[in-house]
Amino acid sequence: MWQWFHKLGSPKWFFGIATRFMPWLLAGGLLLLAAGLVWGLAFAPKDYLQGNSYRIIFIHVPSAFLAQSIYISMAVAAVVTLVWRMKLADVFVKAIAPVGLIFTFLSLFTGAVWGKPTWGTWWVWDARLTSMLILLFLYGGVIALDRAINDEKSAARAVAVLVLVGVVNIPIIKYSVDWWNTLHQPATFKLTEKPSMPMEMWVPLLLSVLGLYLLFGWLACIRMKTEILIREQRTRWVKDMVLAGRK
Amino acid sequence: MHPIRKKRLTIVLFLVAGLAIAVGLTTYALRQNINLFYDPSEIADGKAPVDVRIRAGGMVEEGSVVRDPESLKVEFRVTDYSASVAMEYVGILPDLFAEGQGVVAMGRLNAEGRFVADQVLAKHDETYMPPEVAEALERASKGRHQAADVEKAAESTAY
Repeated sequence: MWQWFHKLGSPKWFFGIATRFMPWLLAGGLLLLAAGLVWGLAFAPKDYLQGNSYRIIFIHVPSAFLAQSIYISMAVAAVVTLVWRMKLADVFVKAIAPVGLIFTFLSLFTGAVWGKPTWGTWWVWDARLTSMLILLFLYGGVIALDRAINDEKSAARAVAVLVLVGVVNIPIIKYSVDWWNTLHQPATFKLTEKPSMPMEMWVPLLLSVLGLYLLFGWLACIRMKTEILIREQRTRWVKDMVLAGRK
Repeated sequence: MHPIRKKRLTIVLFLVAGLAIAVGLTTYALRQNINLFYDPSEIADGKAPVDVRIRAGGMVEEGSVVRDPESLKVEFRVTDYSASVAMEYVGILPDLFAEGQGVVAMGRLNAEGRFVADQVLAKHDETYMPPEVAEALERASKGRHQAADVEKAAESTAY
């Protein structure tokens, strides 16, 4: 197990693995996401109260899931950076922070668009919406801090500490709707109970969530590969590969 | 594990645990401010300030909505099934406003304990269902409601 873990630390090894997995991630992600979205947006039944406007959940919920999962994975990588000083962990954090920022923005935006006709307001300072906004700022802070420090190693450590500090926000987002009175409704999906939604609605939702996870995997691979090439441009294996590609 | 790494891991764990405790205590102390609205029972207990702009939320009581035919004024009661508060509002209600649905209203509690709202938001719950299912449920529950009403009437005449 430890050998595998140490291999993961090698940028060259990761580069090869990522190249091999990427087409599968892309194909699977596009397929699942397309199936989920077409089914959800066009064929799933209307909601008895909201009519068609509820369909935005097929975009809102997957983006919100991703926004939080990406942050959790960044926090795991931050621990690896701080404890094992693994370069690849820092590459991962740097590569996916902007993706997380975009998904967080997307979930806030789609939520606002849905909130206007459903609640009667674009925005309200309840615990769920506010903690999600804090997540957006955390992503922005991570990106800014990383750009502000020139030295790669100090940037990696500073960013890792910031990511770990921010991870406290994740359980707050998750449980905000249970701990406090909020305008946002509690979770429709719970691990222990049946979803309070019929199967014709949650299956397409699940498909789009899974599809978006796979697409995120593909996006993370692409962005990490770019970052690895920039960082390792002086190494032998990168030079060899570029030369081989040029022929 | 290498001793240095072990030490680093301990520091990281302490950092996260310490932060979690700090944030947990802070949010616990501020819970009344983080709550978006007061429940009807909190208002009934006198926990909500009078004549200060606050939010109050709960379910619109069945059969309590009275619309003024001359204006946009609406009166209704909001309940959390243990206490209820009378509200009035002048303006256009959100589409989802209905009896038995959740609302969050912003306004002031006057001296008589009536809540005068200047904004009413609909609160949606986490259940989604197709219209046919909702209708079927409605029909089923109507039957049950009538039976419950009969029982209630019997009870009240017994006292």
